[in-house]
Amino acid sequence: MTGASFFDLMNFGPNGWGWALITAAGVTVMVALAGFSLGAVIGTFGAWAKISGRGPIRVAAEVYTTVLRGIPDLLVIFLFYFGGSLALTAVYKFFGGEGFVSFPGFTAGALAIGFTSGAQHTEVFRGAYGAISQGEIEAAKATGMSRMLLFRRIIMPLLLRYALPGLGNVWQVVLKESALVSVTGLVELVRQAQLGAGSTREPFSFFLAAAILFLVITFVSNRVFRFSEAYFSRGVRGTR
Amino acid sequence: MIDFAFMYEALIRLVGGVPLTLQLSLIASAFGVIFAVTAALMQLSDSRVLRAIADAYVFVIRGTPLLVQIFLIYYGMGQFDFIRHSFLWALLREPYWCAIFALMFNTGAYGSQIVRGGLLSVPKGQIEAARSCGMPTVMIYRRIILPLAIRQALPAYGNEIILLTKATSLASIITMMEITGVAAKMIAETYRVVEVFLVAGGLYLLINFVLSRGVAMLERRLMRHTRTDSSTRSVQRRAA
Repeated sequence: MTGASFFDLMNFGPNGWGWALITAAGVTVMVALAGFSLGAVIGTFGAWAKISGRGPIRVAAEVYTTVLRGIPDLLVIFLFYFGGSLALTAVYKFFGGEGFVSFPGFTAGALAIGFTSGAQHTEVFRGAYGAISQGEIEAAKATGMSRMLLFRRIIMPLLLRYALPGLGNVWQVVLKESALVSVTGLVELVRQAQLGAGSTREPFSFFLAAAILFLVITFVSNRVFRFSEAYFSRGVRGTR
Repeated sequence: MIDFAFMYEALIRLVGGVPLTLQLSLIASAFGVIFAVTAALMQLSDSRVLRAIADAYVFVIRGTPLLVQIFLIYYGMGQFDFIRHSFLWALLREPYWCAIFALMFNTGAYGSQIVRGGLLSVPKGQIEAARSCGMPTVMIYRRIILPLAIRQALPAYGNEIILLTKATSLASIITMMEITGVAAKMIAETYRVVEVFLVAGGLYLLINFVLSRGVAMLERRLMRHTRTDSSTRSVQRRAA
């Protein structure tokens, strides 16, 4: 590989792979965002279950986080992709269809990422809730706030502030996990790089380009998280 | 719905993948520690060049998905003629070694942050005391810094080894028949996703449980000076 050939391949002209890779990077970000959001919802319920759930609910949340942290993400993606395809095929057959129906890779990927990152979100939210000082909650109760108002005005903003660094870490993990969704055939960054590598026989150039784009996304999202950390901590003395 | 006879069959086949999973994880973590310690020492060194190299290594590895790193090594290296004609090619054309190299670089970068944290946690006074006794630098590292740093870093490093064991599942994408590889093959053959997933997931959970127990035991052994064991208790009793 020479420097010139790398830029010949990755240009934005009619014969270049530039736009294809940029579009694929967009798909990567979308699938990661969808999974991350789903994970945040699951994590909210998981943290609630662990903090104030009754016996069986708390045990269920405990089992969920332990199991999901112990098994590889790739297995979970297989479960959702093939399991989803099987379920879909069964439904299809029920209505008189024939053959195998493949589950959409994007949905399978987002579900799998949401399910695995939900375990991490749970721990992050639980830790952040533990960091809220009881005095603030007592003060809010003393002023007669209702439970919803207490949650909206006191717990939520504080929770976000304390959870942000942890959420940033979860996002980095989710972003890299999204690369695994390529096994479902969804044309995200890694799959697109594979396709390009296959048709030009220059695998190093394509995977290098994918790596660079991942670094760019990581770098940008790091900045976003640092900015929002500063924003949500603006009431705290000593922050920049 | 769940077929236990089939699950038993799946267990027999999937257990066949366990040795390879353990091998990948063990070899990669053994070499990875060398990378981690080297990178950590470089990051803490006075030389700006060494620091920059180590920082770049950590940034690039942590900012890109492991899958891309595996593909860069497995598919990408073949693009270069000088590598194909070198002695390295004997290793780099084997998926086994490509997986180990990628896992090793990967865990080295994550591990370096843990090792660095451990090294930084060593109190300055301890090092000064050793120096004033006239110990040479190598001896200070061997007798003072490393034992203290290892104790501090061990729990987090144990966690990293568990993450690495989960990450070995990606080797299945480059044709390695470890647990996930066998699982994917079984799913493709039988379309029984849930059963295969349960058995494979259970195996990973078991491996990680044993690993975490092992690390906890090692930690207890290294921290035995902080514990009041039976002998000190009897001394205390006699004193009282």
